[in-house]
Amino acid sequence: MTALPASTIADPDAPARAHWKDSDEAKGLMLVSPTLLYALALLLLPILIVFAYSFWSQDYLTIDHSFTLDNYRTALGEPIYQDLLWRSLTISLVVSLITVMVSYPIAWFISFHGGVHKSLWLFLITVPCWTSYLLRVMSWKVILGYQGVLNTGLMSTGLIDKPVTSLLYNSNAVVITLVHSWAAFAILPIFVSLEKIDRSLIEAAHDLGDNKIRSFLRVTLPLSLPGVISAFLIVMIPTVGDYVTPKLVGGKDGVMIATAIQAQFGKGANWPLGAALSVTTMVVVSVMAGAVVLALKFFVRRIR
Amino acid sequence: MSGRHGIAKSRWLPAYVVVYLAFLYLPILLLPIFSFNNAAATTFPLAGFTLKWYASLWTNTVMLEAARNSLFVGICVATLSTGLGICAARALTRYRFRGREAANGLLMAPLFLPEIIVAVSLLMIILQIGMELSLATVILGQTVFCLPYAMSVLTSGFEGFDRSLEEASLDLGETAFGTFRRVTLPVVAPAIVSSLLVSFTISLDEFILAFFLSGTEPTLPVYIWGQLRFAAKLPSVLALGSIMIALSIILLTTAEIIRRRAERRIQGA
Repeated sequence: MTALPASTIADPDAPARAHWKDSDEAKGLMLVSPTLLYALALLLLPILIVFAYSFWSQDYLTIDHSFTLDNYRTALGEPIYQDLLWRSLTISLVVSLITVMVSYPIAWFISFHGGVHKSLWLFLITVPCWTSYLLRVMSWKVILGYQGVLNTGLMSTGLIDKPVTSLLYNSNAVVITLVHSWAAFAILPIFVSLEKIDRSLIEAAHDLGDNKIRSFLRVTLPLSLPGVISAFLIVMIPTVGDYVTPKLVGGKDGVMIATAIQAQFGKGANWPLGAALSVTTMVVVSVMAGAVVLALKFFVRRIR
Repeated sequence: MSGRHGIAKSRWLPAYVVVYLAFLYLPILLLPIFSFNNAAATTFPLAGFTLKWYASLWTNTVMLEAARNSLFVGICVATLSTGLGICAARALTRYRFRGREAANGLLMAPLFLPEIIVAVSLLMIILQIGMELSLATVILGQTVFCLPYAMSVLTSGFEGFDRSLEEASLDLGETAFGTFRRVTLPVVAPAIVSSLLVSFTISLDEFILAFFLSGTEPTLPVYIWGQLRFAAKLPSVLALGSIMIALSIILLTTAEIIRRRAERRIQGA
């Protein structure tokens, strides 16, 4: 490289700008731009519009663009929406907790005992999650129903005399179905973080006298925390707005907020309220997710 | 007491894995079982073998129309999201530029958003600009949703790529396009095929976006949703569902085989 004249040193970007078109930065931006523009137009912009709508109001078919917080007052104040939101949050919290807990041993098994067949194991575990979500929910309805597989199966073996009614159309059915649906999304991030752990650290803990449980709590679990956290987020946030599962297996007790949101874009036809419900759900679930992440970090630090 | 790496292998863990796999596979194995069952109700004990539910599908013109719609949407979504995914995955793995993290975050965002909010926001913008709901709007929406998956498949394919091969080609006088076609493409082709198959499968099975954005032309999941209200239609829905699940598994297995073969080849080289 030649020495730069004093005038260009004052503006350090100048030489870069001369060849900017050939720089990595320009090439990268140019290459990413079609995809980025697509996502800006069909992901970011629509979400900003939802945000804007939530502060507007609607009178039959005309939209009043003056700023109002009325939609949020309804979304947060009406008992029906409070109940739905509360139930959705509870269900998504319970589902993400259970999913992470039942998935962790599987991720652990594949990572530590998968041997040469790790990717085969991962494939086996993820395949059911890639098949149609709607069909799997429908299948749970068939399994848990009054005249369903579980009831008729148990009756034909003589374990029960009459069908158990408490299986379908309640929040338990929603939780079971969602835990099943999101299994792979929890296993994959936990597996990835377990793979990154240096095995000699665990060996060292053993050599220094930690038993199995202590070495797990003090070495493996803290080091796999990033995976556990992403598993939580990737399960908790989408499940809060689940529409199909509550509709098919939830019954009256299992209705969640998505049903109310959908109603504002269908029969109810109140877009601003629907938008406010969507924004409220997103904000509240993000706050809850943040709290869970902090709680997890705190918990892991304590047991260390 | 401890295993090879000083990591204990419990006797209970393999049993747990088996139970867990049974839990995962139970719902998708039940559909085929009942689709061959000679009874309208899904109860045990089974009532004998029949193919009549499958036979009834061939004469169902509404279903066949929905299948055609799904096929068309799936091919378009697979092409579009893989095309867009190639640009983004290549830019993100090959170049360092400002806003790289933000771009990656935006493209991956659909994974961390409730699908209904993505669907509702798209519905609002589409009706806002005066577009009619049609298969085209389903394609636009599902592409946003498929991009994160297409990109993960493509990124892992592109990351194993040795940059010096391209540099050598350029130094030897090949043009940028020629290099891409004759050096880059053959190496990344398996990832591209995997991405096409995975995106097609996701589109085929995707319900929420199709439900909100399809207007009067249903895709297969939207058609199935409409049938679920009628108990008498359940067995033929089970037959249709079994075909869709079989198709998904075949496509995903093919994608996995292609991906693994490529991985082995790169590692072997």
